[in-house]
Amino acid sequence: MLDNLVLNLRVAYARLWVRVKGGNREPEWLVAEMFIPVLTLSAYVFMYRMLHAPPEFTGFVVIGGTMIAFWVNVLWNMSAQFYWEKETGNLEIYLVAPISRMAILLGMALGGFVNTTLRAVAILAAGILIFQVPFSLSEPVTALLMFFLTIVALYALGMLFASLFLLYGREAWHTANLFQEPVYFLSGSYFPTSSLPFFLQLLASFIPLTFGLDGIRQVVILNKGIADVWLNVLVLVVFIFVLLPLSKVALNYMENLGKKEGRLTLRWQ
Amino acid sequence: MLENFVETRGLVRTFGKKNDVVKALDGVSISIREGEIFGLLGPNGAGKTTIIKILTTLLLPTSGEAYVGGFSVVKEANKVRNIINLVSGGETPGYGILTVSENLWFFSQLYGLPSSVAKEKIKRLTVDLDFKKYATTRMAKLSTGFKQRMSLARGLLNDPKMLFLDEPTLGLDVLTAKRLRTYVIDWAKREKKGTVLLTTHYMAEADEMCDRVAIINNGKILACDSPTALKENLKATPIAKIDVSSIQADFSFIQKMRGVVGCSETRSIQTGVTSLKVMAQNEKVFSDIMSKLNEEKLKVLSINETEPTLEDVYIRLVGKGFEQAEEKANA
Repeated sequence: MLDNLVLNLRVAYARLWVRVKGGNREPEWLVAEMFIPVLTLSAYVFMYRMLHAPPEFTGFVVIGGTMIAFWVNVLWNMSAQFYWEKETGNLEIYLVAPISRMAILLGMALGGFVNTTLRAVAILAAGILIFQVPFSLSEPVTALLMFFLTIVALYALGMLFASLFLLYGREAWHTANLFQEPVYFLSGSYFPTSSLPFFLQLLASFIPLTFGLDGIRQVVILNKGIADVWLNVLVLVVFIFVLLPLSKVALNYMENLGKKEGRLTLRWQ
Repeated sequence: MLENFVETRGLVRTFGKKNDVVKALDGVSISIREGEIFGLLGPNGAGKTTIIKILTTLLLPTSGEAYVGGFSVVKEANKVRNIINLVSGGETPGYGILTVSENLWFFSQLYGLPSSVAKEKIKRLTVDLDFKKYATTRMAKLSTGFKQRMSLARGLLNDPKMLFLDEPTLGLDVLTAKRLRTYVIDWAKREKKGTVLLTTHYMAEADEMCDRVAIINNGKILACDSPTALKENLKATPIAKIDVSSIQADFSFIQKMRGVVGCSETRSIQTGVTSLKVMAQNEKVFSDIMSKLNEEKLKVLSINETEPTLEDVYIRLVGKGFEQAEEKANA
């Protein structure tokens, strides 16, 4: 039992190491990944300023742009990673080893988190310096808690998506594509979701990022505390407790299905 | 010590759904003894990789049983994974952006090796497999041969009791292939480190490396014995190699001639020559073939009697060579 835990922690650390080492070995990527999001959020900031929106909106946009970096990482560098692992033959090697598939995903998640945090901090810093975001923060611990829960819930969702990529190829790719923009929109990355019609708000409530973003904005920009965001905290905790076990079940199910149908290591599908 | 380290009983594997079912394995039963290098020899599509995938827990059998190290590959998959490793030819798992040593360290962690032990092993394996000077080279910059050396090193990192080699020398130059074969033979035989299941469609490779060979075709094991014993059975069957100056002609008529046991053909675009390997019931059949070739206005360059090879064993069993079997499978 303990040996197994140590083995899987080693695996998670090794996969984290690969992600961090590989991700930062070609620094030109860093520039692209930081510069493009700043351009996108600049467009929204200029639009809000032109419309004379309250100054808090600038803060909303900067926080949204920062958190979107994590969503993109979850979707393309974690969930879809299984697709590339399959194509290169790495997945076969993982599956032949006596390890938990969750350990690999945990390593990818942690590695992705480390890399994306560097980019997110840069985006945040650029946003603050260029647009003079009016931060108003009195409960930093609550802000950190909200951020932590949002990240865990997001990566748990990523683990669930990864199970799709374990079995499917291009179909899963299209599914991930299908999720990217709607999540930008529904989670209110560049505007508060309260301005959405009720049925869209209902739809948005199935996305952890919606609650995370809203909570972080309330604490960091509107100077609110734990008493105001407890519902966001609760919902994120529920997401985590549902998504993590569900992703483990989904991974096992997809792996068995793949072994049964012979599609687990099938390439170029 | 287990007598049979690997055992399969009536292994069946089908692919596809109701109206389009392909039987990849049709009742395969093999036993591999501990410490043995066992070869599965057959053309592409014969079922070799399917057997390896089942034994390495990547695929479930449709029916039948399979055991590795005494553990069921279906019910005790994780115990099986603890004692095996897999190296596939033509594939180079790893991350191109990382160096050879970094990649090998990563793969060593999949078996929980402490870093100091892993680094020591990596150093030794890169020396033994002659690619130490590339240890700090990014994997993406390696040639196919060195990538395959890295793959073999990866497969040995966890000191597997059972090593699966799926076409390990596919696409390699003669020298690299020879180097890898020698290393595996040393590893299994001289150092007695483990048991090997090798799939290949190179006859010479199976002949050189394997203690025993199973010949597989269309998902069925046709024969299983030592290469020498398999060839010995052909001693009474005359075999001739006939070179004909044409690569366009249809030679299928030979197969249909009375007294012909089997015939394979290899066409060389470079030389414009087709080499026919004909196995006959008696030597008189060869003169009938020569007459028929003359009748068809095909110029015979040479005819020589040859010693039996594993390819001849396959031709004897199937009636045609690997190339023809593959052509038929792809048709």
